[in-house]
Amino acid sequence: MTTKKYESYYVPAQSHWPIVGAVALFMIAFGAGNYVTDIKNDVGGYGGYLLLAGIALVIYMVVGWFSNVINESMSGKYSHQMDQSFRQGMSWFIFSEVMFFAAFFGALLYARTLSIPWLDGEGNNAMTGAVLWPEFTATWPLIKTPDGTETTAMGWYGLPLINTILLLTSSVTAHFAHVALEKNNRPQLKAWLGLTIVLALVFLSLQVLEYAHGYSDEMQLYLTSGIYGNTFYMLTGFHGLHVLLGCIMLIVMFFRILKGHFTPENHFAFQAASWYWHFVDVVWVFLFVFVYIL
Amino acid sequence: MTTETVNESLDESHDDEHHDHKMTGIKRWLYTTNHKDIGTLYLWFSFIMFLTGGALAMVIRMELFQPGLQIVEPDFFNQLTTVHGLIMVFGAIMPAFTGFANWLIPMMIGAPDMALPRMNNWSFWILPFAFAILIGSFFMESGAPNFGWTFYAPLSTTYSNGSTAFFVFAVHIMGISSIMGAINIVVTIMNLRAPGMTYMKMPLFVWTFFITAYLLIAVMPVLAGVVTMVLTDTYFGTSFFDAAGGGDPVMFQHIFWFFGHPEVYIMILPAFGIVSTIIPAFSRKQLFGYTSMVYATASIAFLSFIVWAHHMFTTGMPLAGELFFMYATMLIAVPTGVKVFNWVATMWRGSMTFEVPMLFSIAFVILFTIGGFSGLMLALTPVDFQYHDTYFVVAHFHYVLVTGSLFSIYAGAYYWLPKWTGHMYNDSLAKWHFWCSLISVNLLFFPMHFLGLAGMPRRIPDYALQFADFNKWVSIGGFAFGLSQLIFLAVVIKCIKGGDKAPAKPWDGAEGLEWTVASPAPYHTFSTPPKID
Amino acid sequence: MSRGNQSWLIGAWLFFTSLFSSSAWAETQLNLTKGATAVSREVYDLHMLALYICTAIGVVVFGIMFWSMVFHRKSKGAKAADFHESTKVEILWTAIPIVILIAMAIPATSTLIDMENNDDSDLTIQITGSQWKWHYKYFDQNIEFYSVLSTPREQYENQNGSFEGNGAEKGENYLLEVDRHLVIPVNKKVRFLITSDDVIHAWWIPAFAVKQDANPGFINEAWTIVDEPGIYRGQCAELCGKDHGFMPIVVEVKSAADYDTWLNEQHALIAQAANAEKASLSASMSKEELMQLGETTYMAYCAACHQPTGLGLPPMFPALKGSAMATTGKIADHIDMVLNGKNAMPGFGKQLSLKEIAAVVTYERNAWGNDTGDLVQSSDVNAASGSK
Ligand code: HEA
Ligand code: HEA
Ligand code: HEC
Ligand code: CUA
Ligand SMILES: [Cu+2]
Repeated sequence: MTTKKYESYYVPAQSHWPIVGAVALFMIAFGAGNYVTDIKNDVGGYGGYLLLAGIALVIYMVVGWFSNVINESMSGKYSHQMDQSFRQGMSWFIFSEVMFFAAFFGALLYARTLSIPWLDGEGNNAMTGAVLWPEFTATWPLIKTPDGTETTAMGWYGLPLINTILLLTSSVTAHFAHVALEKNNRPQLKAWLGLTIVLALVFLSLQVLEYAHGYSDEMQLYLTSGIYGNTFYMLTGFHGLHVLLGCIMLIVMFFRILKGHFTPENHFAFQAASWYWHFVDVVWVFLFVFVYIL
Repeated sequence: MTTETVNESLDESHDDEHHDHKMTGIKRWLYTTNHKDIGTLYLWFSFIMFLTGGALAMVIRMELFQPGLQIVEPDFFNQLTTVHGLIMVFGAIMPAFTGFANWLIPMMIGAPDMALPRMNNWSFWILPFAFAILIGSFFMESGAPNFGWTFYAPLSTTYSNGSTAFFVFAVHIMGISSIMGAINIVVTIMNLRAPGMTYMKMPLFVWTFFITAYLLIAVMPVLAGVVTMVLTDTYFGTSFFDAAGGGDPVMFQHIFWFFGHPEVYIMILPAFGIVSTIIPAFSRKQLFGYTSMVYATASIAFLSFIVWAHHMFTTGMPLAGELFFMYATMLIAVPTGVKVFNWVATMWRGSMTFEVPMLFSIAFVILFTIGGFSGLMLALTPVDFQYHDTYFVVAHFHYVLVTGSLFSIYAGAYYWLPKWTGHMYNDSLAKWHFWCSLISVNLLFFPMHFLGLAGMPRRIPDYALQFADFNKWVSIGGFAFGLSQLIFLAVVIKCIKGGDKAPAKPWDGAEGLEWTVASPAPYHTFSTPPKID
Repeated sequence: MSRGNQSWLIGAWLFFTSLFSSSAWAETQLNLTKGATAVSREVYDLHMLALYICTAIGVVVFGIMFWSMVFHRKSKGAKAADFHESTKVEILWTAIPIVILIAMAIPATSTLIDMENNDDSDLTIQITGSQWKWHYKYFDQNIEFYSVLSTPREQYENQNGSFEGNGAEKGENYLLEVDRHLVIPVNKKVRFLITSDDVIHAWWIPAFAVKQDANPGFINEAWTIVDEPGIYRGQCAELCGKDHGFMPIVVEVKSAADYDTWLNEQHALIAQAANAEKASLSASMSKEELMQLGETTYMAYCAACHQPTGLGLPPMFPALKGSAMATTGKIADHIDMVLNGKNAMPGFGKQLSLKEIAAVVTYERNAWGNDTGDLVQSSDVNAASGSK
């Protein structure tokens, strides 16, 4: 058969990292299962240690796996097509993350627009309100639950607003860093990326402060404070975890740049981290609107 | 069976330098990045899970053989039902299809392997661990999950038996596995098609897996979200599904079924792909209406996102909601009908032979359609008030899942076994497998319709006397069907060990790139992509 | 098939026929019930409509398939034609099903609208499910009671042993009988307010075509007008835990006159019970009396979870035998647990009389070797509940 020469698609040989990763996930899942069960039953156990060991193993796996990938990439084994695979893989991964957040946003919107009004007797639930929850009035944020737990709502001004500005700015600086990389302006690249990381760290610290404020006696906004507290902490919490992850990615990129990695043409890893960062920002915008403002 | 000579030029003679030789022993399987190895792993795993889930079903059927509590406690019965459902759905059917995808998609589109081979290995190896946790919970003090595969809150939260955390984390890692597997399929298809293989030239098989993978990426994270809420409701004091805190148990069902309904199509679209490959091959006639098949598949996938609440007609939804979900659900019959009609049109004026893959495919078309009909009846809200949570529903979904998904898997397995193993399967044993399965499966599941209509609820360990006769028959059918599946095990083992040497293309009507390479398929295929015109 | 298989076949046939004759097929119901209400008949008609349509489509589609399987087979020399698409037929077989679906959707819609119209009822009853019994409360009548499975344990617990002939003979309404029927009048629109105390249950009477989920914290509505007096049976239709299969529903439909008599009887009974409660406060019972009543109460209300042996089903249902609360713990805490419940343990304050609670607590503190010697009297329970 006569074919013109195609770029060959790199198929890595055997790798032991995936199985290490699978064992690590097993330790995490089994450890976490034991851990929360033991907490609930108020007994001590080895679950927590197993969980921590699993996390450590995952980190080991990620580092090992990615350094393989980086070496292969640096030694020019990857074709354009391979790069394309990574890009598409990353975008669909981000899409799956979007759907994960969608579940929690769905819960928030359901509670606000359906279950809380229903508990107050809206729609076909007149008797629910009248017979089961006569004392209850629907409000959002739900500062008094049907069973009478009270709490306060987190305002959108102050910390959350500052955080919004921080994150939005960091998205812009991340973009500038990317532009600088494409222009091969390394000093600017380092400066913009460094600034992005600083903004991310400040955001995370402020988020911790905000939680401390929520858990203060003054606000009494707990994870257990009814559906408002539930959605507030779950959404901001998962978002915060993603910011942390994104931030770590950016820091890794920073060090790789210091080591002289990436070229204007070939910088998938940087691109992926920056996509992830933009995604985290967009989620925050939704959060800010639906959790804080509305 | 007539054969053709192999297109020698595509045979594996020019190995690329980076293709290491395969390791041997256990390490080959643990470390492999080869799509064929990983496909094999998936297929064996799924078959083992099928036997495990089936064994649980056998205990269920023994208990239900006659009225009275015979061999298990009611609570253990619920554990059996739950784990049976979970294993069959997540452990048997889904991994089997991923196995097919791994083995065949790269060969069908002329790719050297899956796009992300290491991730591919990871996706697989997570599964045995996830199921070890799930099945292991049978041996824990708290027992296995006992709240149904649908784990409705608050039975799975406040009122659960304490193994919820294990269930939740097992589902989490299963979900990670599925998402990674799906991303791999999507990227492979988008990026690794041989030059000239446009989207509308892809085999329909590839299309169905492509669309299924999108469904997976869209809904598995939602499942992860809802199990997370179950976890926090159970262990961390949240009240997503508790009215006292402003939540709603029905909200659980909305989120769950937003995942759950697309999930059932995840288990049938690949089946459509397999059957659409086999029927043309043995009718010796091109698939009728390829384009409309692609669009029908896409419409089913789209509709699957807006019908979820048909599982919830009795939850007290507002009238407008009930009407919307009834109409949307009924609509799915249209694209599905298009598929059925296209299959029939493919057979029409063909030149048919009835090898075992074809037998299973024909059985699929008929029995899946029967399952579809009962689905349509369930979609009619007022009547669903009578059918809901009875054995009528159990009959419906076993028809679409067992004589649907599972039969398509058998069809596909027989069809590609020669390519996988290099040997022909033992035809008479395979025919025994088919006919025994066909008869017993109907004895097993058809009377369930009557039981449901007569009013037998599902998920009960004991029942009123008027249900006794049919249950006896159902159980006998069940044992017979279970034993028949052991024939398949025998066929596969014999086929791996030996048998007539399979030519590159054992089926004269078969089409597709996978038949242009030798049987068994060489370890690496298409290091340089073939040209499609 | 080879000849050797034939004897096997005959054997199997004999086996199956023997099964056939041993069972009473006359009682076996094949189809959906027509029921006893206008709605249930509409639903039945809709079911038959859908069934006929599906059967007809099936006959056509499978007919064509079998035709080509018979006549277009290679062994008959059939040569494959080479047509493989036609936009015209694709449109046709998209359009025809749509028309058929509309034909089904129209009656379905009108029936559904009818079923969801809960206005203008003559009588309202609140139905509350809990693990594993039903509670009925008549609005404006001050009548309320629990309804529990009354099939004796011996009939269903024929666990260890061979299949046939173990355990007691199963009665006619095996698993479909309860201690107290829900009673409603004939030809009146009865509205049901359905809810739950714990997990989701579903209240279902096939003959009324009423099936509604009982969601904790929310109330769902349903209604029925029954044409014929009689006894109608149904079951819980949502998995609700261990004894989901053991919480039947029995509705007794009475003529207007009989219904009024029943109401009067109930009022009299309630008055009687109130007097008995008062009397029990001053009376004190002997240990034998307490233990005897305690055992019956325990077997009826507690054994489902804590098991007749008192060993429970840990970790879900704790053992009472040797448990701290039932031995060394304070009696007041024990009473409080039974009165008000905790987590998955239901409160029995509403369901049991003071006397019964006193007896069951006494029983638990002295049975299965707990032997505390403690005696609990109605007055103790009354004190704990803060007057009932
Ligand atoms: C592979 C899996 C699969 C598939 C393909 C389907 C397909 C369908 N299902 Fe099914 N379903 C399940 C798996 C599946 N289902 C499971 C597992 C459950 C139970 C979950 C649980 O509770 O545990 C369930 C439950 C379920 C319910 C809820 C019942 C209840 O709990 O009360 C409903 C209700 O609408 C329903 C409807 C349908 C419909 C309308 C289709 C349609 O897609 C069918 C379409 C096909 C046809 C109609 C046949 C072919 C068409 C023609 C020949 C054209 C002409 C026909 C007409 C015009 C009539 N299904
Ligand atoms: C793809 C999915 C799938 C498959 C293949 C099956 C296969 C079978 N199912 Fe499945 N079933 C479900 C999915 C599936 N099921 C789901 C989702 C539910 C709902 C769960 C819930 O309510 O939460 C369910 C529920 C369910 C019930 C209802 C339980 C209840 O409501 O209480 C019953 C009852 O008969 C049943 C029976 C069977 C039987 C007999 C088989 C047979 O086909 C199995 C045959 C296979 C074997 C038997 C294994 C092979 C043989 C051996 C291992 C050797 C040993 C053999 C002998 C000793 C004879 N299933
Ligand atoms: C629906 C199941 C169920 C029924 C019926 C039930 N219980 Fe319980 N019971 C429980 C559960 C669950 C607990 C554990 C509650 C907890 O601590 O979370 C419990 C706990 C108890 C305890 C405390 C045990 C300990 O050591 O902490 C006592 C005492 C008790 N029940 C008595 C009774 C009595 C008396 C009855 C009947 C009148 C009864 N129970 C009926 C489920 C039930
Ligand atoms: Cu109550 Cu099932
Ligand atoms: Cu569905």
